[in-house]
Amino acid sequence: MASVGSRRTMIGLATLAGLIVLWFLLTTVTGLVTGARFPSPSEFWTSLTQISGRGYAGASLATHALHSLKLVAMGFSFAVLTGIPLGLWMGWSRRVEAFVNPIFLIIRPIPPLAWIPLAILWLGLGDAAKVMVIWFSAFVPSVINAFTGVRNIERPVIEAMQMLGTPRWRMIREVIVPAASPMIFTGLRLSLQASWTTLVAAELVGALVGVGFVLNMAQQDIYPGMILVGMITVGILGWATTMLLGWAERRALAWNVAARD
Amino acid sequence: MTGRPLSSLETVLLGLAGLCAFVGLWTLLSVTGIVPRQFLPTPLDVATRMIQLLSSPFAGATLPMHLASSFQRYAYGVVLAALIGVPLGLLMGWFRLLDDIVTPIFDGLRFIAPIAWVPFAALWFGTGIGGPVMIIFAGAFPPCLINAYRGARFVEPRLIEAGRMLGTPNARMILEVLLPAAVPSIIAGLRVSAGLGWQSLVGAELIVAAAGVGFMMVQAQGSVQTATVMVGMVAIGLVGMLIDVLLRQGEGWLRRRRGLEA
Repeated sequence: MASVGSRRTMIGLATLAGLIVLWFLLTTVTGLVTGARFPSPSEFWTSLTQISGRGYAGASLATHALHSLKLVAMGFSFAVLTGIPLGLWMGWSRRVEAFVNPIFLIIRPIPPLAWIPLAILWLGLGDAAKVMVIWFSAFVPSVINAFTGVRNIERPVIEAMQMLGTPRWRMIREVIVPAASPMIFTGLRLSLQASWTTLVAAELVGALVGVGFVLNMAQQDIYPGMILVGMITVGILGWATTMLLGWAERRALAWNVAARD
Repeated sequence: MTGRPLSSLETVLLGLAGLCAFVGLWTLLSVTGIVPRQFLPTPLDVATRMIQLLSSPFAGATLPMHLASSFQRYAYGVVLAALIGVPLGLLMGWFRLLDDIVTPIFDGLRFIAPIAWVPFAALWFGTGIGGPVMIIFAGAFPPCLINAYRGARFVEPRLIEAGRMLGTPNARMILEVLLPAAVPSIIAGLRVSAGLGWQSLVGAELIVAAAGVGFMMVQAQGSVQTATVMVGMVAIGLVGMLIDVLLRQGEGWLRRRRGLEA
């Protein structure tokens, strides 16, 4: 097995090296791809040092990135704190499900990104509008997965608890939530992804600071080096937050044998 | 309690109560002026505006015309994603070396939200049709590739062994063994792609486009016509739903035809 793994790593590294060489060849060496289309490595480096030092689009890269991260964290947390309880409640009570479901059926088909113009009309170009659309995009997966998680609990487990006269709050805390948590974490991963997509879109449509705003300004200035810096920043932020969530999941679900595979 | 299912009458009544509460609250907020009507038109206002937009143009076109231009870009983007993603996925499922080369690149790009491609898309292909198509492609491509790959990778080993024993060449192996076995997975992937592509389309049109529903919404936002923005949201939701229903039908039909349970 180890040799298969190392083979993959070797080829992966070779691919990476190959791509970098190709990038050099196409831009700097042969000039097949001009700087107006895609930056050369040196142009990329210049852009990176510019935004890290003097700043670009009104702030340094760290400021932009931290601002975006803050908005995602806020929208995502609101969505999770409202979505999971609602989903659990809908899973627990068929009445609540019957009441909420039709409203959900109407709202769900509208893609989160389609809320951006309305959010801007209501809350302007500032942070509040962004938090609102992120909340919206991350809310739906949280609800659905928490709901499915409760519904997938085996009936005998619940019946046994009821037969033993377990109080309701203990039942929720010790049976329902743990049993639904693998599904809930699946929902959180989807929510997180949706949060980043929505934030970047919202910042591209209108913002004053943030990674999406960097992309927007770089597009208007026709500055490919900075576009690439912005995109890589988006990728790194998405990657880092996903890793963080994965770490939280492994800690929270350490008891779950199935999740360890 | 999670136990007893509700009777259908209860379900319908509770559902209606939910809808009434939703529409009622919305109307009330708007009519009483708690939220100014300009920012929250009543459901009736939105419906009236929608009927108006069917014939009278806004931002250069009527609603059906905007929808038509959106749909055209959408179709190009999704078809392109399927035409490239599915074959590449199958090839990766068969040729291990290709898998080892493409997977790390793909994993790296996965974390970049499709919408972040907007600036390059605009720079490379313009804001007319090429740019938005590229963004839809970026949104719809991953599920096409992943599902074709998984489908091909997890084909029953016996089938592959039998094929190998009979000396089947690579091309026939991919077309006649892997492809048919992977079809259910591919179809499921296409459905996800269709949904994500529609999402990306909305994003693309909000940022770079000169026509389409998203463009109409941005223009309406600029002139504070909330009803028109909401009409756009409803239209996008309806079309998205329609696409999903049609694909589900198609999936069911295909599964039945292949003798699988629906």
